[in-house]
Amino acid sequence: MKELVELLAKSLVDNPDQVSVNVVDSDKSLVLELRVAPDDMGKVIGKQGRIAKAMRAIVKAAATRQGKKVVVEIV
Amino acid sequence: MREVIKSGKTLEEAIEEGLQELGLDKSEVEIEVLEEASKGLFGLLGAKAAKVKLRENIVPQKKAINILKEVFNCMGMDVNIEKEEYEDYTKINLSGPDLGILIGRRGDTLDALQYYINLAANKNMEKRVRFVVDVEGYRQRREETLYNLALRLADKAKRKGRDVILEPMSPYERRIIHTALQNNKEVFTYSEGDEPYRKIIIAPKK
Repeated sequence: MKELVELLAKSLVDNPDQVSVNVVDSDKSLVLELRVAPDDMGKVIGKQGRIAKAMRAIVKAAATRQGKKVVVEIV
Repeated sequence: MREVIKSGKTLEEAIEEGLQELGLDKSEVEIEVLEEASKGLFGLLGAKAAKVKLRENIVPQKKAINILKEVFNCMGMDVNIEKEEYEDYTKINLSGPDLGILIGRRGDTLDALQYYINLAANKNMEKRVRFVVDVEGYRQRREETLYNLALRLADKAKRKGRDVILEPMSPYERRIIHTALQNNKEVFTYSEGDEPYRKIIIAPKK
């Protein structure tokens, strides 16, 4: 799941080497904290959060296969 | 970006060898001639081999497919990816077992994937390509469903003599409804609200 978020973000940003994902795992849910270079924030959020929303939808689809709630946060 | 430098007795030979090494078609590379072949004097003195540089041409189509492959790999899914070229867009067809999760509710996930791939594949590209992503003919089926829904609700609006409000839809789906009813003599359609909650209203003509 971490790899998926990294991959999704890296293909969108100008500084792929500054993409990192921190995983916070609890019983019921998995929180993935995505960090990108400050200049790339807009590229992973998008107008009115449209890009972030699309990435979340893809990750959510992947998560249903694992039966866990996954939350992607951009920090 | 992958590239190779090859030499051969003739230009053709050198190119052919390079293509084989890259595993690509001639249309997928850019060819730069570094040295022309020359026979030399009587085919003996100063004969020179041809030297070429082949550089893989990355087009958005290829990038899209590569990214999708990685994404599905990450998701642990077995998905077959095919592309069809049309005049103003490229269609990417996904097929395989258990792809319902890629469609999502009313195609939400499929739309997200399509939006994402349009951004990611066209990033830093000179020429942009519009991508339509489909899972085993889902879009075609959905289009038929919406078309029939439009006719049914138009009939209802006419019978009851009042407006029928549809649930929020994407611009693409609204267009299907508007188009289905644009020549209807009994009703007319318009949209109301802001994206992504914009919805169609079918109203009887007075």
